[in-house]
Amino acid sequence: MLTLTSPVKTPLHRIAPGAKLAALALFTAALFTLSAPLSLGAAALAIVALYVTGGPAFARHGIKMLRPVWPFVAVVALWHTATQDTATGAAIIARMTTAIAAANLVTMTTRLTDMITLIERLATPLSPILPPKRLALAIALVIRFIPVLSERITVLTQARRARSPHRAAWRILAPAALGALDDADHVAQALRARGGTV
Amino acid sequence: MERNLTHIALFAALIAVLGLVPQLTLAAGVPITAQSLGIMLCGTVLGARRGALAVLLFLGLTALGLPLLSGGRGGLGVFAGPSVGYLIGFPVAAYVAGWVVERTTLKPLWAATSGAIIGGIGVLYAFGIPGMALILNKTIPEAALIATAFLPGDILKCVLAGLITQSIARARPGALLSRP
Repeated sequence: MLTLTSPVKTPLHRIAPGAKLAALALFTAALFTLSAPLSLGAAALAIVALYVTGGPAFARHGIKMLRPVWPFVAVVALWHTATQDTATGAAIIARMTTAIAAANLVTMTTRLTDMITLIERLATPLSPILPPKRLALAIALVIRFIPVLSERITVLTQARRARSPHRAAWRILAPAALGALDDADHVAQALRARGGTV
Repeated sequence: MERNLTHIALFAALIAVLGLVPQLTLAAGVPITAQSLGIMLCGTVLGARRGALAVLLFLGLTALGLPLLSGGRGGLGVFAGPSVGYLIGFPVAAYVAGWVVERTTLKPLWAATSGAIIGGIGVLYAFGIPGMALILNKTIPEAALIATAFLPGDILKCVLAGLITQSIARARPGALLSRP
């Protein structure tokens, strides 16, 4: 399973995930109080500088991570060009893109295992209602079963295509959901047979 | 106990997989994905509590940095983007959809379709539109105007959620946990 963590090692990879998350929270909170073009520009530049220190491959990966934002940038840009209020529009776009880029930066420089460890530690106060080990088991099950379910949907689609000239792709969703329900029962039985959940 | 845990985990995986199913594009050029259908199914099939927990688990994994949202999006960035209201509304939508199926005596098709409409459109838009208004700095009516582009696709998904829940009720009545 691919994660969004960047394979390019940067100095940011070495910072503890907890510190990065705290810094991100502070940065984003501060960002939403800014509206002057100068301060927003400075915040955006700071994030760009952090991406650039990671090298060209890292920066390109960062730009690729921002791709889903462009439709919203386009909507805001069109809207504010139409209302002739381009300064506000530019500020909104700068604030939104900077906040997303900063958050992506934390994701790109933190390994999944480190994130899971951090979550387990943060969830310790919740242990009477949610034991951290049970949470870890649930996370592992999801990651393991995404390729399994994905594979099953492919098989169902092929089987349907071989038998029916109609596209109606949604018809495979009921058997796909039934398959997930059956898998859940089987895994539950297997867990119980081995001594139950932690 | 084990059964609750595995159902929650497997349906969290199902939401992720439905996001990978290729997108359909409506006539107006608005992309629709099966992901929000997965959110509705969590509620209508698993019931309110388990459904909401499955969605929370899915969102947690997205925040950890797995590219599970439709279009391969993920990481902390999506929670700073214009869709943040929808993401926060997802577990509530699943809870409400499940609650409707659990608390009404309608046939599964009608219970699930109306649950999906109330939860997956009513509740979800109530979270999503203010979120979009906040991030894009628009008024609520302006944001609502942008959101209506997704309404036809969402209505279609509610009907599908009803049909799929009905098929499950027919094929395996015991498996429909929202109707114990």
